[in-house]
Amino acid sequence: MNIIVCAKQVPDPEAPPASFKIDSATNKAVPPAGVSPVISPFDEQAVEAALRVKDAKGGKVSVLSLGTGLLRDVVKKPLSMGADELVLLEDPAFVDGDSWSTAVALAAAIKKVGQFDIIFCGRQAADTDAGQVGAAIAEILGIPQVTVAKKIEILDNGKAKVERVTADGFEVVEVSLPALITVSNELGEPRYATIKGIMAAKRKEPIVWKPADIGVDAQHVGAAGRRIKMVKLFQPVKETKCEIVTGENEEDAAGNLAKKLVEAKLF
Amino acid sequence: MAELKGILIIADLMNNALAPISKELLGAGRKLAASLNEPVEAVLIGSGVAAAANEAFQFGADKVYVVDDAVMKDYRTDSYVAAVVKVATQANPRIILAGQTTMGRDLLPRLAFKLNSAVTMDCIDLSIDAATKNLLMTKPVYGGNARALFTADTFPQMASVRSKAMAAISPDNSRKGDLITVSAGVDAGAIRTNVLQKVVAEVQGIKLEDAPVVVCGGRGIGGAEGFKTLEELAKVLKGAVAASRPPCDSGWVPDTMQIGLTGKIVSPDVYIAVALSGSSQHMAGCSGSKTIVAVNRDPEANIFKEARFGVVGDWKKIVPAMTTKMKELLNR
Repeated sequence: MNIIVCAKQVPDPEAPPASFKIDSATNKAVPPAGVSPVISPFDEQAVEAALRVKDAKGGKVSVLSLGTGLLRDVVKKPLSMGADELVLLEDPAFVDGDSWSTAVALAAAIKKVGQFDIIFCGRQAADTDAGQVGAAIAEILGIPQVTVAKKIEILDNGKAKVERVTADGFEVVEVSLPALITVSNELGEPRYATIKGIMAAKRKEPIVWKPADIGVDAQHVGAAGRRIKMVKLFQPVKETKCEIVTGENEEDAAGNLAKKLVEAKLF
Repeated sequence: MAELKGILIIADLMNNALAPISKELLGAGRKLAASLNEPVEAVLIGSGVAAAANEAFQFGADKVYVVDDAVMKDYRTDSYVAAVVKVATQANPRIILAGQTTMGRDLLPRLAFKLNSAVTMDCIDLSIDAATKNLLMTKPVYGGNARALFTADTFPQMASVRSKAMAAISPDNSRKGDLITVSAGVDAGAIRTNVLQKVVAEVQGIKLEDAPVVVCGGRGIGGAEGFKTLEELAKVLKGAVAASRPPCDSGWVPDTMQIGLTGKIVSPDVYIAVALSGSSQHMAGCSGSKTIVAVNRDPEANIFKEARFGVVGDWKKIVPAMTTKMKELLNR
């Protein structure tokens, strides 16, 4: 099986909310000092989904990352987990796009990578929380999509059986391959990189492509190709003042809290 | 090109009736309609859904398109996208809205790109720019650490709306409108997915989204056992138990209990956050609560910046003591 994964480098979403700052001049988040970016968590789960398919059916996992300032330590993580090759769409023309113009570049690169059976994407990126690039790639490539998958089984009839998350449980969907599948955290924890994997990843050089390499016009990708414009990025002002209830000990404090809540007629 | 007109709402249906999000969308539509002086229209897709049209009128639709066909019984991307494209071709809406739901998240982006347009997902605010008549869309980004305001260059202007972000109008039984039946017009063989099975997790007691009180446990609960202590408290308060993402990811509780950006959105009267840090992604699921109460042993935890009341300390001592005191004070 030939499996493609799209993985995005993002500011670490686990950084404490207090460290989050915006540069209002550029309408961008300021990366918190001393905190390394990471692969967007749902994209890591997409890598895990791909590796599980490779474990079951054999084949090759190709990972694509689009951006600038891509740290090799970060973007090579899928390789250390067991992916086979890494393609970087690393060029200023590719960045600051919306979901559509980003997908235009990724889809063109996927076509150049070659024949594929499944494309895995995370359900949404930890920075934009847009959740659309997968659908856009699928539409451009003319393939079906299944979103928020928690389990994927490849059948013998050219189809995959996918469990997808629903509000009150899950549903089981059969989809014809090739298909695009977005992955959710219910899939399970991504595997750790092994020492062997990290050593192998160190030796692998990523393939780097520019717009000309994948046959796209710079006007159609990145910032130039946007259909959606961001007018303003801002932080809502927090107005809550928390009343910390104390007592002689924790049990006493708990009792005082209960009294406070009942006095406030909350029940 | 025919004139763009109206706000088209793609309704989410539950048991062939309007889901709460659909009523909220119609309410949002009426607000936008007032600024635009254009109609609010809804499209109902499914099998046996025509009866929901009356509800749609009562909650604010001027016109309802019904695509009622056995092939539409289960949501599938190909069939529902095709149905909305057919209706949109007829209706030529200026704006298309859907809910940020399992269906909306799958349908709306694919639909937007098929229509050569674009969509902004998970909006918490929508308004009309007086000068351009364009849709102004506000959505949380960076896991909820920030908000972004977006505009679009293409038509229809599309947005999905977060649950409980908008208000429904009071239903007006006297409201009537135009009902338009649209044939599915879909080649069953061209639909590339099939729903084989639907598995519904059993809900014990009150549904999370409907509970007036929610007791939510986080990573600090440490295991499945600890949630029994939270259940005791929830029982006394006549509420429901939920979890942030880590307990679900660790398998301590079912995924259906997850509250957060990609989990359930709740807005109870009281939200008691126990041993959870209060990450922005989690707060996205509960920030609409009337009163948030926090129990955490870390005084620096972000949850204390979000809560109205809090106790710093070990939840294993605090929660049982709270339960006992509440039983006494509430006579339960």
